[in-house]
Amino acid sequence: MALPQIKQDATDARLAALDMPQGGWAQAAREDALARVKAMGLPNARDEYWKYTRPDTLVQPNAPKAALLETDEALIFGEVDRLKIVFVDGVFSAEESDDLSMAHVTIDRLADAPDIHWAKDVYGVLETRGQTPVQRPLATLNTAFATDGVLIHVTGKAPKPISLIYRHESEVSDAILHHVVKVDSGAEVTLLENGPAAARFNKCMEVEIADNGTFHHVRAQGRDHERRAATAIFTRLGEESVFKSFTLTANGVLTRNECVIELTGDNAVAHVAGACVGDGDFLHDDTVFITHDALNCESRQVFKKVLRNGATGVFQGKILVKEGAQKTDGYQISQSLLLDEDSQFLAKPELEIYADDVACSHGSTSGAIDEEGLFYLRSRGIDEGPATDLLTIAFLAEAVMEIEDETLQDEINSRVEAWLSRRRG
Amino acid sequence: MLEIKNLHVQLEEEDKQILKGVNLTVEAGKVHAIMGPNGSGKSTLSYVLSGKDGYEVTDGSATLDGEDILDMEPEERAAAGVFLAFQYPVEIPGVGNMTFLRTAVNSQRKARGEEEMSATEFLKVIRAKAKELKIDADMLKRPVNVGFSGGEKKRNEILQMAMLEPKMCILDETDSGLDVDAMKLVAEGVNALRDEGRGFLVITHYQRLLDHIKPDVVHIMADGRIIKTGGPELALEVENNGYADILAEAV
Ligand SMILES: Nc1ncnc2c1ncn2[C@@H]1O[C@H](COP(=O)(O)OP(=O)(O)OP(=O)(O)O)[C@@H](O)[C@H]1O
Ligand SMILES: [Mg+2]
Repeated sequence: MALPQIKQDATDARLAALDMPQGGWAQAAREDALARVKAMGLPNARDEYWKYTRPDTLVQPNAPKAALLETDEALIFGEVDRLKIVFVDGVFSAEESDDLSMAHVTIDRLADAPDIHWAKDVYGVLETRGQTPVQRPLATLNTAFATDGVLIHVTGKAPKPISLIYRHESEVSDAILHHVVKVDSGAEVTLLENGPAAARFNKCMEVEIADNGTFHHVRAQGRDHERRAATAIFTRLGEESVFKSFTLTANGVLTRNECVIELTGDNAVAHVAGACVGDGDFLHDDTVFITHDALNCESRQVFKKVLRNGATGVFQGKILVKEGAQKTDGYQISQSLLLDEDSQFLAKPELEIYADDVACSHGSTSGAIDEEGLFYLRSRGIDEGPATDLLTIAFLAEAVMEIEDETLQDEINSRVEAWLSRRRG
Repeated sequence: MLEIKNLHVQLEEEDKQILKGVNLTVEAGKVHAIMGPNGSGKSTLSYVLSGKDGYEVTDGSATLDGEDILDMEPEERAAAGVFLAFQYPVEIPGVGNMTFLRTAVNSQRKARGEEEMSATEFLKVIRAKAKELKIDADMLKRPVNVGFSGGEKKRNEILQMAMLEPKMCILDETDSGLDVDAMKLVAEGVNALRDEGRGFLVITHYQRLLDHIKPDVVHIMADGRIIKTGGPELALEVENNGYADILAEAV
């Protein structure tokens, strides 16, 4: 079926601006992805899935300029013992990264992984699975054109977290990174991500979790005000496996975070959570699709957004319970705290259930600061600013508490506090 | 200490007069009780004194040690020494009781130019005071008032009062919802704070609390005014005969 002309032209223009890396084990997957993205076309404002978030700046041939944030604040996770892997404007920096060897983990760079590689069975595979029932062409574009990334194979319990640090140094950088993570049976790893990455960042991560595997993910998306990002996580969970992902987003003019989760083994657990604090020219979109395709699995989505000065929050979350996925426990909540009347929250929660013995709930709310609570705090002597901050942090708490590790929770909370105090000036 | 003169208050949202000329002076070291029928304006008075939004003072004044408090923000009043134990304490999910109290104590200290209380000292003090009120450590860690029983909420108010050591304590029906033992605990908490520099305004419907916290003066409020003032015997009269006679007398 031919694409509408506008979409065809926009897609052609974008593809013309890109060069596909050549050779190596990923070549076939890249060619396949290119064919798929050509057939799908890149998203535009007419697409239902992009109803609330305009994709044009994510699709246009070149990245819109994004100024670099000047700050002397220390970067997040500084206190955490971790294995650091640094990318500067989307290019791996061996100098700034730690040695990539660690017990129970092998890490290869996408760009120089050997010709026969385990990642061949995952690269583009989970992304392809994630294209139905809803198309995600930006991720497919990523599979075809990603220039860098890491391939992480976890064979046991990783002794410390792997930390991907994305530095942004060029005002016009346009980065496409693709990571693949494979967690073997009984293995366990924590992945941290932080930094603005680039003026425009397209990131795709595929995470295959075998039976009894555990994957924790905590990320803080960079604070540069003008940066743009479209990220996608595709994960498939085996029996009794665990996937827990949390994202904090502060600033960034446009962020779309997609998360596509397939629960394919019985008793698997998947939690995805996000907290965002947005001010002014800021749009943050969480789009989640969770498929329950096994018995007795649990999924949780907890998204909280604090918005002010005309910021926009978007949430599109769907739980699909397939026939036979009995005893599914699905929970979804998306809430916004609107600190003024100029800000808005657009939410589309969905449930689609084909099994009869399931417990699924979803709720979405939008509200202002609780005046009663605010007065109570002030009546005890707490100034209005700090009282509002306390209530704001409290509002985000349900999402932040989804992080299991308390040190990481604290790191995130102190980031939020810094944001709040910066905003107050 | 607290001087309320001819206080007239109406609702901001609607043209409804609630306080219609309240006159009341609480001297330092004294306990004044206010009784009065439902809807007579007792809570409104306590809210107006502590600075809640939604009320408009149309006439009159309220001063604490000569300082006009009606122009102050709620937090400034608190730092100046005003404390309200709420009739309905507010639940604040996500904010730990301990964090809340420490922030409050230190905000007030900062506002008064005093040194902040260290974390260890704070812990020591709060543990001791909580113990006296039979508030267990678990309750201190929980979010403010969330899931607390009615009585626990009231005891938590008194704990806050004990930690903040305000000059002017206003207690709005702190006895309602308390069992007999809890009422004693609360009364003991209040009595422990009684001293020459501190004034109390205790709003209550029942004589029983006043058995434990012996008031110096009892006021009867009706329809937005203090219609009668007397000694502790006035509370007994209300307990025995209700308000009918007093109201009739006032007309
Ligand atoms: N925000 C408000 N909106 C509408 N009416 C109000 C508001 N606040 C107070 N009122 C009215 O003002 C009157 C006084 O209320 P208030 O709560 O002060 O009474 P009270 O003496 O404390 O009563 P109670 O003994 O039942 O606690 C009541 O008629 C009440 O309905
Ligand atoms: Mg009342």
